Amino acid sequence: MSTTELTPEDFQPLPTQQTAEQLTRPSLSYWADAWRRLRGNPRAMASLGLILALMAFVTVGPVVWTVDPSAQDLDQIGISPGADRSVTLAQPFTPWTLAQRLAATTLSPDTDLRLAQPATTQAVRLVWPDAGTSYRLYRNIFNPQDTGAFGLPLADLQQPYFEDRLDLQPGTYFYTLVTLDPAGQETLMTQSLTANVTRVISIAEAKARGILAPDEPGEIGAALELGWHPMGTDYLGRDMLARLMYGGQVSLFIGLLAPLAFVLLGVIYGSIAGFLGGMTDQAMMRFADFVVALPFLLFMILFKVVFGIGPGESGIWPMLVAMIILLWPAPARLVRGQILQIREEGYVSASKLLGATTPYVVARHMLPNTMGVILVTITFQVPSAIFTEAFLSFIGMGVAPPTPSWGAMCNEGIKSMLTRPHELMFPALMISITVLAFNLLGDGLRDALDARMRGTEE
Amino acid sequence: MLKYVAKRVLLGLVTIWFIASATFFGMHAVPGDPLAGDKATTAQIRANLAAKYGLDKPLATQYWIYLGNIAQGDFGISYTQENRKVNDIIREHFPVSATLGILAIVFAALGGILWGALTALYRNRWPDVVIMFLVILGISVPSFVVAAISQWSLVNLNQGVGATVLPIGGWGSIWHMLVPALVLGLSTMAYLTRLMRSSLLEVVNTDYVRTAKSKGLPATRIFSQHQLRNAILPVITVLGPAIAGITTGGFVVEIVFAIPGLGRYFVQAIQQLDYTVIMGTTVFYGAFLVFMVIAVDVIYGFIDPRVRVDQ
Repeated sequence: MSTTELTPEDFQPLPTQQTAEQLTRPSLSYWADAWRRLRGNPRAMASLGLILALMAFVTVGPVVWTVDPSAQDLDQIGISPGADRSVTLAQPFTPWTLAQRLAATTLSPDTDLRLAQPATTQAVRLVWPDAGTSYRLYRNIFNPQDTGAFGLPLADLQQPYFEDRLDLQPGTYFYTLVTLDPAGQETLMTQSLTANVTRVISIAEAKARGILAPDEPGEIGAALELGWHPMGTDYLGRDMLARLMYGGQVSLFIGLLAPLAFVLLGVIYGSIAGFLGGMTDQAMMRFADFVVALPFLLFMILFKVVFGIGPGESGIWPMLVAMIILLWPAPARLVRGQILQIREEGYVSASKLLGATTPYVVARHMLPNTMGVILVTITFQVPSAIFTEAFLSFIGMGVAPPTPSWGAMCNEGIKSMLTRPHELMFPALMISITVLAFNLLGDGLRDALDARMRGTEE
Repeated sequence: MLKYVAKRVLLGLVTIWFIASATFFGMHAVPGDPLAGDKATTAQIRANLAAKYGLDKPLATQYWIYLGNIAQGDFGISYTQENRKVNDIIREHFPVSATLGILAIVFAALGGILWGALTALYRNRWPDVVIMFLVILGISVPSFVVAAISQWSLVNLNQGVGATVLPIGGWGSIWHMLVPALVLGLSTMAYLTRLMRSSLLEVVNTDYVRTAKSKGLPATRIFSQHQLRNAILPVITVLGPAIAGITTGGFVVEIVFAIPGLGRYFVQAIQQLDYTVIMGTTVFYGAFLVFMVIAVDVIYGFIDPRVRVDQ
């Protein structure tokens, strides 16, 4: 038997084997995995981009487009986008003197209804030969020959002249003069006139509007351009683009803050109930069931009536508070269910065995594991909060004028829907785009974050 | 089952009491005075009016009288419309809202089941894509916008034809109801389509469908007898909350289409601060909704016995 001589070299540790058991890919945390899934979902990414663009529109927008949303442009009321903005400088309006009237009537006494002077937005002055009876004058923005209607009755007259100053807008007006019989009944004798009204502005007005520099003298008859409203103006002449931006601030503020607030309240309530368990849990959940049973919109309206809106208040905060009071139970139930489930999980027991304190278990294990569900809930609550704000503002129970919000703008726009559709369509489009974006993002987030809900809608 | 129904009804009654109390104390917390108008010119007239409406009694007494009246189904007299009972207002205007709501529910349920079945049948092919796109649109566009656009289209349609094909508003014949009911049911229809689609797709992978297939049943029979019947169940559960949504959605549609329903009246009462009408209508609507949800749940228990076991 020969013995092997052992040298100290034989007891050297072997070099570590580099190639065995090596992770070839970086380990993915839950959030990294969720983000990877979300990025792979083109619809969700597009809606995320859309939401960021909307945020930029309401926050950066007012910095770029510095028009006051409550400033009224009285020369351009209810104009649609891309309307003609040209205006002619003219003398200030002066009353129609008797001498001027007589001069006009005697100038060519035999012709029919005619203009005493060119029709402008200051006044349309009409004269006609006097037949010694009385007359009724009508005005229409549509041609009476097409529609068969004379339009708006302006006045019953004894004298053969009339000055029309009623809400004149640039464009074509069709005047019809009906001769009345002695009993005051309309006869078949009519005269008609088509007047092309041009927009005029006096030098002082032009300077006040800021379209003529204060030191410029201004020349009568010179053409100027009125202020630019890329999306038109509303029924009070306020700039639609600026109002959409500021209205979006209100709508998105409520739409984002309300879900954040009531979901947070629900999370606290639900996790307390779920963690304590037993009788406390039962009592807390019965109360939540109660609040759930309340008809939501009716109570929103009731709360709004109860809170009231004082002078100068916007009514945003009462709406927020009412939403928080009424909507917390749904997330509370959800979180309680999750907590009850997680409480029994092995990793929670393991953590407790290793001596973890309750706050540590809640913060380190329970909340991160419910975070996905909570985030999805918030995303889906945003559209319904925006809808609620829009609905309440639409029936006149939302934010108080003059505070703009998309819902309130729709409410104002629907009244003139047939003649000026842009006043309704722009805010309606904004609401729809926002709600659509949040719905799609919610779908994507649910697919990415929540393994249990994954694929339930597909 | 009887115990379950009794328990639900009892809980429903407590909820209604809660609604009534919240409404009462809420309305009494409103700043301002319902009699401060041009009616109460002198202190004596004011005192007489307060006595007439029972406002001179202490709050607790008023509350008991109020609860007693509600228990007898008496909601009091309107503040702004002299001598008009809230009961009469509800009796007059609620049938209109109910008719519109029922028609909307029928539209929504039929449409939702039909479209949902179509999307599931043609999964990931063009009918599915088109319908699901429309569904997303239906969920994202607010009801007042849909109402406005459809009314605008009606105006254009009538102008284009040169005669009144469909009336653009008002109430009377079945033709007045069609478009408002469709508009009212649209978002519910979109929601039901989504639900129907997912529940049909879930059913496709069940054992009983596989058994039916291996028995050699034709595909149409499997679809109508096995898949559809089971997939409809979840749709019925959401009908209760859907009725609630349709009732409140009715406010908007009634305003836009000038329909003399209770919803429009309610909004009017809010704007005029007609306290008794607001309280009466809220309690009435609240009670109606609570019992609708209970009724749907009970019916569901009959259709699907598994639910009863869970309870």
